[in-house]
Amino acid sequence: MLKNDRKYFVFSYIILGILAFFMIFPFLWMIFSSFKPSWEIYDMKLLPSSPTLENYKNIFTFSGFPKWFLNSSIVAFITTFSVLFFDSLVGFTLAKYKFPGRNILFILILSTLMIPTEMLVIPWYTMSQKLNWMGSYWSLMFPGMISGFGIFLMKQFMETIPDELLDAARIDGLSEFKIYWKIVLPLVKPALGTLAIFNFIGNWNAFLWPLIVAQDSNMYTLPVGMAYFSSEASFQWEQIMTGATISTIPLIIFFLIFQKQIIQGIATQGLKG
Amino acid sequence: MKKGSLERKYTITAYTFLFVPIIFFLVVRFLPMIFSLAMSFTDWNLLSKDINFIGFENFAKIFSDEVFLKSLWNTIKYVIFGVPLVIFLSLIIAVMLNRIRKFQWLFRLLYVMPYITPLVAVSWVWRWFYQPPPMGVFNSILLNLNLSTQQFLGSTEQALFCIVITTVWVQLGYCIVIFLAGLQTIPLEYIEAARIDGASRRQITWKIVVPLLKPITLFLVVMQSISFLRIFTQVYNMSVQGSGGPLNSTKPLVLYIYEKAFVNFDMGLASSASLILFALIMFITFIQMKFLNEKS
Repeated sequence: MLKNDRKYFVFSYIILGILAFFMIFPFLWMIFSSFKPSWEIYDMKLLPSSPTLENYKNIFTFSGFPKWFLNSSIVAFITTFSVLFFDSLVGFTLAKYKFPGRNILFILILSTLMIPTEMLVIPWYTMSQKLNWMGSYWSLMFPGMISGFGIFLMKQFMETIPDELLDAARIDGLSEFKIYWKIVLPLVKPALGTLAIFNFIGNWNAFLWPLIVAQDSNMYTLPVGMAYFSSEASFQWEQIMTGATISTIPLIIFFLIFQKQIIQGIATQGLKG
Repeated sequence: MKKGSLERKYTITAYTFLFVPIIFFLVVRFLPMIFSLAMSFTDWNLLSKDINFIGFENFAKIFSDEVFLKSLWNTIKYVIFGVPLVIFLSLIIAVMLNRIRKFQWLFRLLYVMPYITPLVAVSWVWRWFYQPPPMGVFNSILLNLNLSTQQFLGSTEQALFCIVITTVWVQLGYCIVIFLAGLQTIPLEYIEAARIDGASRRQITWKIVVPLLKPITLFLVVMQSISFLRIFTQVYNMSVQGSGGPLNSTKPLVLYIYEKAFVNFDMGLASSASLILFALIMFITFIQMKFLNEKS
């Protein structure tokens, strides 16, 4: 190694370290603030001098937080399962069957990726109203039950499965649905995992649509509840930081467990372009 | 079984599997899209029941609305300040990260965390950082350094930049990961060969690595432009009452659409504004396609 290389490496580590500190500093501030008593919140110190769980107690007893947490979980879990099922089924059909209209259907599904949600929220809102879905979980969930991007991902993966495998299963007398369910799905588990993670995170963090459709505080998801209660004058910064921590912690845990898949998932998104 | 009947069997199976998804795409994607397009040429207002076709009147109306023009200009500002900043920073960081071996995973992890976090939580934490003294973290740092304190989100001149900085902080990790994936596809021989020819590290980076990353850079520029065009959550949560203030100085197009539709219930006008957003996104996508075709 060249002498000047070592200097460069040390320099790189220092710069990367400083930047990494900037990236996590807001998280540290948020988490530590949630353990500060109200009289200490305006002290510009990172660590609480006498950590307390008071804020957590308050937030769970005085506001709809438990309900919002539950709403977010229900919406994120159900939409994720729906996307996994339908996207893999459609991906399988498009990858493994030849039938009239296949290419047109695939192109139409891909073209939906270009329609921005912002253009659809007004019709969705009217639709929910006309069909009396307002105030139900269904209204929060229905726009995300199937995802065009997931279908694309699934189709790409399923095309790599050899047809001979499916034919062998047919000879053994398996029905077409069982071939999808018992043979194909287990083979694409990694892709299903990636799709599940991204859908869950996306739905957990969604803001615009839940803000429009969850009009009753009972139906708020965590981000919408956060936004409402934070803008109320009666709420204090230590409680806002506690709310922010609560809405982030499930994702941090999730992230630490699946970090490898999340990072690879982001990377595959880019390389298809 | 004859070939024809087998084919028929598969067609029936395929359409059975696709039945629910086809209905979903029709009802939840295509019909709303057509509905939205049609409504932008009407005076549809949730409060009055009748809907009249009024041609391009909505467009004439919004283009003479100062708040709309301001939102459009703000949106363009978000793109032209945000995109170059996030691309430039992430490229430099990715090149550096690609050279080191130890702890690369840890840095990646730390950089990607903001991208995964709920944007509402991010917005409120940053909003607190930008508070006036004595609460704001940035202002207390400035005070400690004996520098003058700043208005940040309270100033019509600084607020938009404050939101850009927060958004760059969020998007950085995503771009770094994609650049890193791209860097790993560059054959080491190219760099070795340049080294043997006596090229300096800086020359290798700017003359070999960066040009080879061009398709990925282009992809990221388009993705980031679209995400800055659609900016909403952080503006809503970082301005008083979600208004995009002070004095509309941070209000983007999506917030304008949201207010017209769900505060004023002027659905026709809001649809026209959303059509303009759609046109901007399309424009950027087509530019990308054009550049990619030129390359191949």
